[in-house]
Amino acid sequence: MLSYTLRRLAFAVPTLLAISFIVFAILDLAPNDPTGSLPLTIPPEVRADIRRQLGLDQPMPVRYLKWCVQFFWNEPLALLERWTGVSLGAAEGRLRVISWSTRAPVLDLIVERLPQTLWVIGMSYVIGVLIALPIGVISAYRQYSWFDQLGTFVSMVGYSVPTFFTGLLLIVAFSIKLQWLPSVYDTGHRVTDWDSFWFQVRQMLMPVAVLALYNAAQISRFLRASMLDNMDQDYVRTARAKGLRERAVVWVHVLRNSLIPVVTVIALGFPQALGGAVITEQIFRINGIGQLLIQGVYSADIPLVQTLTFLFAVMIVLFNLVADLLYAVLDPRVRYD
Amino acid sequence: MTEPLPAIPPRRRGGRGAVAARFAAHRGAVAGLLVLAAIVALTLFGPLLHRIDPQYLDYLDRNQGMSWKHPLGTDNLGRDLLAQVLSGGRVSLAVGTSAMLLGLALGTLVGVLAGFVRWLDGPLMRLVDLFLALPLLPLLLVVIMLFRDSLRAAFGPETGIFLLIVFVIGVTSWMQTARIVRGEVLALREQEYVLAARAIGTRPRRIVTRHILPNVLSPIVVSAALGVANAILLESALSFLGLGFPSDFPTWGRLLFDGVNFMSLHPTRVIWPGLAISLTVLSVNYIGDGLRDAMDPRGDLPPIAGGARRNRRGRLGVLLATRRNGRRVLQGKGE
Repeated sequence: MLSYTLRRLAFAVPTLLAISFIVFAILDLAPNDPTGSLPLTIPPEVRADIRRQLGLDQPMPVRYLKWCVQFFWNEPLALLERWTGVSLGAAEGRLRVISWSTRAPVLDLIVERLPQTLWVIGMSYVIGVLIALPIGVISAYRQYSWFDQLGTFVSMVGYSVPTFFTGLLLIVAFSIKLQWLPSVYDTGHRVTDWDSFWFQVRQMLMPVAVLALYNAAQISRFLRASMLDNMDQDYVRTARAKGLRERAVVWVHVLRNSLIPVVTVIALGFPQALGGAVITEQIFRINGIGQLLIQGVYSADIPLVQTLTFLFAVMIVLFNLVADLLYAVLDPRVRYD
Repeated sequence: MTEPLPAIPPRRRGGRGAVAARFAAHRGAVAGLLVLAAIVALTLFGPLLHRIDPQYLDYLDRNQGMSWKHPLGTDNLGRDLLAQVLSGGRVSLAVGTSAMLLGLALGTLVGVLAGFVRWLDGPLMRLVDLFLALPLLPLLLVVIMLFRDSLRAAFGPETGIFLLIVFVIGVTSWMQTARIVRGEVLALREQEYVLAARAIGTRPRRIVTRHILPNVLSPIVVSAALGVANAILLESALSFLGLGFPSDFPTWGRLLFDGVNFMSLHPTRVIWPGLAISLTVLSVNYIGDGLRDAMDPRGDLPPIAGGARRNRRGRLGVLLATRRNGRRVLQGKGE
């Protein structure tokens, strides 16, 4: 197991390096000028100076290496200092990835925005999984019943209708017509007492519902397929033959074995859900990292966009790793070493 | 033990007629096909009946509700919403189909090469893994932001953005097709008729075009359907974020984006384009589902077992299976 983990980790590193290079190269090859948004009255010499200060006159491999140092060494150190409060060496001299439009370290911006995203996306993912579990089990157990047919239809609708349309529909219905729920997410809101907690619940309700429906649709289908694969296995017949109650057979024996592939699917889906946050945050005006990315894209803030895109890639690789390791841990039939 | 085994019914030949019959038995797929045909016909021929220029600004008739003159009403500049939805549908469907074709061609090429040429298998599959690890939506946003202006300058505002969007969606959506095709090709390569073809000296290229490609057609067709749905969704997501098509050349996603600001006063401005996207994608997904069931050789099993087996995996179940197969291959390598 340990050697398998190490091998998978060793494979993740070149993947990440390749992705970081791709992200860097795409942004670098682009016909785009960071001084383009500055006033036209600035003379060309000054513009050249600004470009030199940003380090843009150096060849691309050099800049890539410098960016790697900043990203993989300086930024983690800064994060560590921020969390522990201990200063590690010459903190002042370290070059950090600075956002072009706000002049603040990109990392600080992300740390500021991340909790909102994680709350909404994480919550909707958890709720989506909780909804998907019973639906998947019952649909498989009563295959082709009206419940299964309905479940199939709802999940088909769930992943065919884009989240930006379901979100807007909910806003039209509950914020505009009925005026029950706020349509704009207030991030400055602090939960101090029962009323403010209730407000928090109400403002999270719609974004969480939209994403939970989408996630539940996918996961319940996976679970159904996986349950159906297991339902007529020999061990199920054995369990019934030795007189176990039907409930125990389905919810313990079959479900446990069917969850093995589904758990990896759940792990693989989380970074996808985070990527989808870009859209949800735009609909409900949540100022999380998705909105930060859109702002960065609109203001051509290359370092910010680079870092965020790469962070999304890190999440994908990380959760791929988690999924593979979970699979190895959960499925005793698979031996990797 | 002495009990005679039930007679195995003769396998039906899975000809085109059988596939069509099984497809026709899938109610959802038939409904999807009808709805999609209606949508395509409307976008193609609708503008001939509803002869209002989608870009005509009628300031006197701004923000109208439904009427005979403007069946879906007008927007804040007095443009007719029905005309816009119809012409937007043309662009959305064109983008979806072209991007799917590009992705399919790339995926089939990579899949056949990886399955047929032994030394290319490893590198190409690593490439697939790499592409699957790319954060697509952020990357697409970035690429469009960076190259939009230069492409619009090079090819004109409409063709430029069309080419860019089709290209970026196609180039980032070939991986699943490649994996499925590779798996099929690996299995087909060892079949007797391919060995026979090789034995009589058929050139590799001829083996691929004559013997391999026709036999991987059914998974390709299924992933084509899913590819269209995916491409339409991605395009409208990009346009919804304001980074797809511009307002003067709107798609359904762009109409939705433009309608959001007027949503509280005129909710129909988001409902019609959104409904169009949703219906199209839903019907395409149902068609894909039906096609997969119709082309699945397991559909040939006798009715008793077939009742339980047909359609037992959902659309996602197929992905699950390929993932597991991929894992099995990985496992073999690790040992």
